[in-house]
Amino acid sequence: MTTAPSLEISGLAYAYPDGHQALFGVDLTVGRGERVALLGPNGAGKTTLVLHLNGILAGGVGSVTVAGLPVEKRNFAEVRRRVGIVFQDPDDQLFMPTVREDVAFGPAAAGLRGAELEERVQGALEQVGMAGFADRPPHHLSFGQRRRVAVATVLAMRPEILVLDEPSSNLDPASRRELADVLRSLDVTVLMVTHDLPYALELCPRAVILSEGVIAADGRTQDLLCDEPLMRSHRLELPFGFDPRSVHVA
Amino acid sequence: MGAGHAHKLYRHGHSPVHRLPPHCKLAAAFAFVLVVVSTPREAVWAFGLYAVLVAGVAAVARIPAGFLLRRLVIEVPFVAFAVLMPFVAQGERVDVLGMSLSVSGLWGAWNVLAKGTLGVAASVLLASTTELRALLLGLQRLKLPPMLVQIASFMIRYGDVVTDELRRMSIARRSRGFEARGVRHWGVLAKTAGALFIRSYERGERVYLAMVSRGYAGSMPVIDEVTATRTQWAYAAVLPVTALAVCLMGWTL
Amino acid sequence: MHVPDGFINAPVSVAAGVVAVAAVGVSLRGARRELGGPSQAEGSGGERTAPLAGLVAAFVFAVQMLNFPVAAGTSGHLLGGALAAILVGPYTGVLCVSVVLLMQGILFADGGLTALGVNITVMGGVTVVVAYAIFRGLLKVLPPTRRSVTAAAFTGALVSVPAAAAAFTAVYAVGGTTDVPLAKVLTAMVGVHVLIGIGEAAITAATVGAVIAVRPDLVHGARGLHTPLKLRVGGELVDAPAAEAPAPAAHRSTRKFWLTGLVTALVLAGFVSFYASASPDGLEKVAADKGIDAKVEDHAAAGSPLADYGVKDVEDPRLSGGLAGVIGVGATVAVGTGIFITVSRRRRSDELTAASTAPPAAG
Repeated sequence: MTTAPSLEISGLAYAYPDGHQALFGVDLTVGRGERVALLGPNGAGKTTLVLHLNGILAGGVGSVTVAGLPVEKRNFAEVRRRVGIVFQDPDDQLFMPTVREDVAFGPAAAGLRGAELEERVQGALEQVGMAGFADRPPHHLSFGQRRRVAVATVLAMRPEILVLDEPSSNLDPASRRELADVLRSLDVTVLMVTHDLPYALELCPRAVILSEGVIAADGRTQDLLCDEPLMRSHRLELPFGFDPRSVHVA
Repeated sequence: MGAGHAHKLYRHGHSPVHRLPPHCKLAAAFAFVLVVVSTPREAVWAFGLYAVLVAGVAAVARIPAGFLLRRLVIEVPFVAFAVLMPFVAQGERVDVLGMSLSVSGLWGAWNVLAKGTLGVAASVLLASTTELRALLLGLQRLKLPPMLVQIASFMIRYGDVVTDELRRMSIARRSRGFEARGVRHWGVLAKTAGALFIRSYERGERVYLAMVSRGYAGSMPVIDEVTATRTQWAYAAVLPVTALAVCLMGWTL
Repeated sequence: MHVPDGFINAPVSVAAGVVAVAAVGVSLRGARRELGGPSQAEGSGGERTAPLAGLVAAFVFAVQMLNFPVAAGTSGHLLGGALAAILVGPYTGVLCVSVVLLMQGILFADGGLTALGVNITVMGGVTVVVAYAIFRGLLKVLPPTRRSVTAAAFTGALVSVPAAAAAFTAVYAVGGTTDVPLAKVLTAMVGVHVLIGIGEAAITAATVGAVIAVRPDLVHGARGLHTPLKLRVGGELVDAPAAEAPAPAAHRSTRKFWLTGLVTALVLAGFVSFYASASPDGLEKVAADKGIDAKVEDHAAAGSPLADYGVKDVEDPRLSGGLAGVIGVGATVAVGTGIFITVSRRRRSDELTAASTAPPAAG
């Protein structure tokens, strides 16, 4: 069990009820402690894939296991504790009246109460540097702060794998860097869905490209970003003036 | 709505009224208004006493009279209605300043004005001494169905978000030179409302996904629980019980 | 229309409270079904109720702030009951409007605490149920097109507002605290609210039309229409040609319905104008001044939601009152014309449908 990878997807295919097929056999393994960027053009099926990781979407073929546990209906409660998804719009994620209650929502749904719950909440908020904001309503926070609280809501569940959907979108440069610092400091497996190639390069040693419903490439982020024909064929473009070769990645 | 603008109805404070548990205050306000409404309108002095009681609570809560009075403006439409009553009601008539007025209409106007004003004053006091979040917890504690409390809670959380969207759409409209001037432009405004509905509904779906992703299975975990001691209940009961005594006197005298 | 404390006596307020509690209880159950949603992996559905109804309630609250300018600086806004019923279903509609009223009562002192029962029963219950019943009933007899949905939404909303006014009058008849003669209250209330209803109807119909054009699947009241409507051509939703010509019987009954509606409306209009002309000074004044009441109310909810709640309305009463008086005279004419236009438009669309379905029938 302890050696099982954080995430193992094999042969995953899915079509929406309206007949539109989004995934055509995805195979992906993410080892424990890895930070992997999931790149791909719009409509490649990234969000669909993410919603399979905790069983919100299901019913196609193929399998998903999280740290050895298959994503099946009988395991949903545990799977959803293990897979922490941070959605793109923090306003969707922060649905409770105060930051504290929002961060407590996940662990409380899992049955935690009292001092233990409080400790989880404080711990998670400290991890993202938002400990002083517990009693604020989410609406009073800046966008960057809300995004970090959204990460905390998921961290409070002590997930096996953290899944971030476009974590850098709409962030100003300072918030962007703060979030990067937070993510780097976490000791947790990360799967980051993004269009932001420099951010992927900065945070994730490994990257995969999802294109037309399959994993089209898998390798070192720097290698992928430097492969111009590959990038172009999947509608991935580097920002003007950004040269991935010139970046030193640890 | 409320939350985003720090719930301007709420006046931060640490008075004994602020400190009372929300469900006690809710219950007290309801009971008080019910008592007021049950008081016979002929007992004019009773309403005077009620007003003194409300003023007393406001003083204890350190709510300035100006604040309270300003918020009473909400009543204006019904003042207009009440003023009308003596003219249209039937029955015996009296001459006041040369106008023929219905006696029962006068009583009716007085009745609506007095009770309505006291009712508004009670709700204003409640809202200005209780935080939004606490009000919801109080309602939950008073056995309002949890689903209803959840809906109210989502409404308050997202009221701001939705209102902001509406504002942004209006700015976008105006930036393109559109100014709604009359009935001709309703189509455009209705499209705005339609788009707003779609956005709200879709956000609801996304919120649901976010909830499910964190282990939601149909019921909200109860995290905060408000409790009240016997003493607190007793304090809260002072207002309605005193009012009840006044009311009973009003019926017997 | 938010009733304050003291307007209805205590026993009737409490009774209305019981009715409201029952209505909300029933709606809580029904809303689970309506918002269940088809396709989630676990499917049980009821758990979607809270977030979806909450967002719809937030929408209703927000949309009440959207100002619809009428003329000469006056404006109205949507009450939202009919719209909510048509968009998300009657149960959820009742639930959302009730939550909005509850919050308005507690937070803004808009509507008395003891009058909550009356307010929820009348504005949450009657408006929504009447609007939805008429809407569904019309859809049954009209051909299944989007225009029918819009027309049905218009009629449902149009009737729901005076129906709520009538319901309020009924409550007033039982537990009113003043002895303004009932007939006067009824005429004034219904008369004014027919006017408000016209605005409500126009906005509701246009909004439903706007939603149906983009996301027809989200319009609860039109769910039966999906199958023929969902054709994706070049990424845009396009009307599918009607699978079969609507049965002629449906046409006849439709026309009969409209005819009946027209006659009823004319009789109603005649009745209202009879009363209005019977006592020209007294009654029209009531109508006009109650117009103030209704108009000012509109404004209270129309402005900025919080601090100015109820401040903006002070400047307007005289103006809107006078206007209401002017409009009052033209009301009957307007209703008649409106119905005439709707009927003739319907007839034209009937002809169109007939024309478009004719060739395949011939070939």
